Amino acid sequence: MVVTVCIGSSCHLKGARPIVERLQTLITQKNLEETVQLKGTFCTGNCMKGVCVSVDDENYSVSPDTVDAFFQKEILERLNDAPEAQA
Amino acid sequence: MRKFDTKVQHLKYRVLREVARAAWEDKLVERYNDITKILVPGPRPTMRCCIYKERAIIAERIKLASGGDSENPNVIEVIEIACDECPVGGFEVTEACRGCIAHRCEDVCKRGAISFDRHQKAHIDKDKCIECGMCAKVCPYFAIVSRKRPCENACKVKAIHMNEDKAAQIDNHKCISCGACVYQCPFGAISEKSFILDAIRILKESADNTACKVYAVVAPSIASQFRYAKLGQVISALKVLGFHTVVEAALGADLVAWDEAGELVEKGFLTSSCCPAFVDYIEKQFPDLREKVSHNLSPMARMGQIIHETDPTAKVIFIGPCTAKKMEYQKESVRELVDCVLTFEELQALIDSRDIDLASLPEEPLDNASYYGRIFARSGGLADAVKQALSERGETEFEFKPISCDGIEACRTALLRASKGVLPANFIEGMACIGGCIGGAGCLTHGEKNKNEVDQYGRLASEKRIADARGIIPGING
Repeated sequence: MVVTVCIGSSCHLKGARPIVERLQTLITQKNLEETVQLKGTFCTGNCMKGVCVSVDDENYSVSPDTVDAFFQKEILERLNDAPEAQA
Repeated sequence: MRKFDTKVQHLKYRVLREVARAAWEDKLVERYNDITKILVPGPRPTMRCCIYKERAIIAERIKLASGGDSENPNVIEVIEIACDECPVGGFEVTEACRGCIAHRCEDVCKRGAISFDRHQKAHIDKDKCIECGMCAKVCPYFAIVSRKRPCENACKVKAIHMNEDKAAQIDNHKCISCGACVYQCPFGAISEKSFILDAIRILKESADNTACKVYAVVAPSIASQFRYAKLGQVISALKVLGFHTVVEAALGADLVAWDEAGELVEKGFLTSSCCPAFVDYIEKQFPDLREKVSHNLSPMARMGQIIHETDPTAKVIFIGPCTAKKMEYQKESVRELVDCVLTFEELQALIDSRDIDLASLPEEPLDNASYYGRIFARSGGLADAVKQALSERGETEFEFKPISCDGIEACRTALLRASKGVLPANFIEGMACIGGCIGGAGCLTHGEKNKNEVDQYGRLASEKRIADARGIIPGING
């Protein structure tokens, strides 16, 4: 699974750094380094919806306050639903 | 508000703008003659002896604006027919010498080069004179003047001489492509190659960022440029021009400062590697010190690397104050990271070639780096950043003794002492331009306030620490 966080100027100002740092911590805590690849991107063109985070090809709008819930729902639950994706 | 320091810059800009206009429409070849006539409409000459010479020089400028002489590896070129063949007399005593009896000029001359005729008028022995200029400084009548060519005077690495036709000639073995002569020649006879056509081609080929995405990496010295508009409006203009997004080179500077601090602790002595003219100078004049140059990429190249890690098909165009960057990006190690280099002068031409009205555009944010990455743009900033990085890395034991060399002459002095092992410092910050990057030849304007503007811009950064600026890049600590 590839999780991409927009780290362009607009998303940076809306809290991209704490989101990247938090996701990194959560991924390490759950031992998902092999399964979840965390990447950055400079602008996805949806600046109004920042911070833009995509999981594979699906886009989400995340804030530093919602990052834990996002991780639970869109990353952990999806991995549990589709265990073959971990292969 | 004034866009440029000099009319030579303005002329260069007009050529670039017209070349760019034609290139957007794929009509450069057809419009070649039109451009010379647009710039020199006639019938009376305004710059040279006749409009035909003016047009011939414009034709040479169009060639430079289109990439210049491909046989010449240097990006700095002489337009021979534009060179006014200035006199090369060195220091001379003029008619203003009153034949006084104080003879301050004689007293101050350490070489004994000054003698007097029977009217007490001073004469300079050219064989003894070392052109220190002291006699000119002390003369109460300002009777001694320097007749050194402005280009030679500007070139502190002594790469400019005159050829048999008395036109300026650049020795590529000595030239570090800093552009000092480009900025100083009053006839605009030395100019740098432009890659503005490459930039336009890249933007067109991206097909509105669908075939590939084009990223602008802007140098922090932009803070002191485009004074007639807001920085956020310049960012908007870049997007109107067709860039996918704009990223600060200063984030690359944050990464470089962090890594350079680590390298310094490991090796014990280091010179910076950010300024390509300084690095080139070491390679050409102090090859024994080559190993002491930081192995880090420059902030420009580092940023190109980061962008390519997020987007392997990215096209990266660096926009800054520097002519030497046009050499750096052609190096094998940098070529795959950066696709094109433009100066602020060229960006102005590019913006105006599309008739974009900066003042009417909305402001867009530019915020990728920390205060420390941003102050790389001025002399002393790099050393401040490395000091901060050492502290953030917890290197409290390491005694940091930096020397910030402001301009290539100061670099030369420090490198000479370092090569003899008598430099009381363990880190050389080398900047070829006076003031640092804000003094670069590709700046639109140069001024006293520029340093303050860079510092002010630095303080506006949302990240205050280098580690925090780094923190946004996933996996950089892993």
